[in-house]
Amino acid sequence: MTLETLLLLAAALFSTGLFGALTQQSVVMLMMGLELMLGGLIVAAAAVWHHIAPAGADGQVLIVLAVTVMAVEMAVGFAVVTALFRAQEIDMTDMAAELKE
Amino acid sequence: MLEHALFWVLAVLAAAAGVMVFRFDSMARATYALLTSLLCAGGVVMLLGLDYLGVVILLMMTVEMALMAVFMVMYMMNPAGLMPMSMLHNTKGAAVLCGAVFAALAAGILLAPWPARRGRPPADPTHDLGMSLMGPHMLTMMTLGMALFATIVGTVVLATRRGRYDRFGDDLKARRPDDPVPGGGRR
Amino acid sequence: MSETAPLWAAAVLPFALLALAAVTAGCGAAVSAAAERGPAGSARELTSRAAAPLREALRLLVQQPRTTTAADGALRRAGVALLPTAAVLAGAVLPLGFRSVTDPGVGIVWFNAMEVLAWAAVWLTGWGPNSALSLTGGYRFLAQGLAYELPHMLAITTAALGAESLRVGEVVARQEGLWFALWMPAAFAVYLLSAVAMAFWGPFGHPLGRDAAGGAAAELGGPARLVLLGGRWTLLVVAAGFAVPLFLGGGHGPLLPGWLWTLLKTAAVLAVLLAVRRALPAVRMERYTEFAWTVLVPLTLLQALAVAVVVLNR
Repeated sequence: MTLETLLLLAAALFSTGLFGALTQQSVVMLMMGLELMLGGLIVAAAAVWHHIAPAGADGQVLIVLAVTVMAVEMAVGFAVVTALFRAQEIDMTDMAAELKE
Repeated sequence: MLEHALFWVLAVLAAAAGVMVFRFDSMARATYALLTSLLCAGGVVMLLGLDYLGVVILLMMTVEMALMAVFMVMYMMNPAGLMPMSMLHNTKGAAVLCGAVFAALAAGILLAPWPARRGRPPADPTHDLGMSLMGPHMLTMMTLGMALFATIVGTVVLATRRGRYDRFGDDLKARRPDDPVPGGGRR
Repeated sequence: MSETAPLWAAAVLPFALLALAAVTAGCGAAVSAAAERGPAGSARELTSRAAAPLREALRLLVQQPRTTTAADGALRRAGVALLPTAAVLAGAVLPLGFRSVTDPGVGIVWFNAMEVLAWAAVWLTGWGPNSALSLTGGYRFLAQGLAYELPHMLAITTAALGAESLRVGEVVARQEGLWFALWMPAAFAVYLLSAVAMAFWGPFGHPLGRDAAGGAAAELGGPARLVLLGGRWTLLVVAAGFAVPLFLGGGHGPLLPGWLWTLLKTAAVLAVLLAVRRALPAVRMERYTEFAWTVLVPLTLLQALAVAVVVLNR
């Protein structure tokens, strides 16, 4: 459990999530990619807290922040999908591009 | 020793489940693969000595993913994966980009001169977190509270189409609201 | 005060919980039979009635499993197995007397996290067989979870607040003189309600309701059904048992040893729940949600405020 292995795990989760967020057409799947990226952030924050600055609580506060961001992201995401779906039966990111016209 | 073995199991499981999220055809499987990945991440956080935050991650992620599965099934074209289909775009570019991001992150992780550990973990990190959130980080806590409140209001406004004129008529004089599901009748 | 039990306790725990669940199910069956067919004539008949769940368990063990078209077997099995697992993991922080299998510093949050795993378990069980009725049952439990979880969390937070600790052993230690149930009655009542709701049993049994042909368990047969229903009884025992360290003083009591007090109090809570089951109709979730969010949440918030004021002035 060295700092490097932990951060590599975090980087792997982050890159996988990024891949999902970039490639998925469905809005809900895209959000799952974002969740995975934030999961990587949480692991990284915990690793840095444990290995570099355990005396302060800043790393822990960052995790609290990330967990809250995940909850908010999910709630807003589902509300937007629901609103989009109500408006025009859209659930794919590509279709939502028409909204800008 | 046991901790080390546990860490490697959790780490491999987290990464593998993370990859499987985007390989499964079935929405339910994808959601619960993501849950597995995030639960393992929570387990790693617990191994690092942050018991409270680790358990909170387990709790929140289980609830989130249980609800996410509902929305997945509601809004996806292919919920059970009975008709395999591709719902991807720009796969190649994304793969190259993500490979590059991972390579850059890994290089940074391995090459950066990480500072040595300063200080020791407190006897009770949970206490530390609480004192910090209610003390020097009070502003963070208040901002989070406001953000969550704004989220509640915003999501309800976005997700519901019906206002009080739909429920109580144009003159707001209807005695009983006209709701698809009963309940919440009082004004 | 509270100490960790020896390692073999972890191996014994699942079987002990299962035995308690079987006894509870037997008592429930005896009470049901007495209500339907009149009081038992002889001790032999009473035993036979109480053994009905065991006979049913044996029957399910040898019954042919059911299969459905295009089922997602892996997810179904995962869901069915997750329910008793979650119950046992939650039971790990239950103190018997003053000893529990493990007493982590965040025991109360741990209990909550494990109990929430049941949401995933029931939904997966409902989703797996690819059947509309069982999926309806799974959705019902998610709606029920959203309804009971908020007041439930506030209620257990209130107990932690009263003890100024998230450690279950510490909560028990703080109740040496005065049980929390006596000065946190609202939190205790809400906890009992949500204990029944989290085990989706009795009045909150809608997810497995007869109107949906058995709900989430509709397509389960054989051993899978046994594991799910057994897991539900185990979850009920664990949920009821956790009321004892949280609100009823754990192992504290005169004369008798601590472990006996814990068992007696757990039995009393279960007896109340069994009695309540026969008195209350099934609750529909849209109604309970409204009640929970407009009545129970403000009520538990006021209760927490009152406790916080007391703790600050202590």
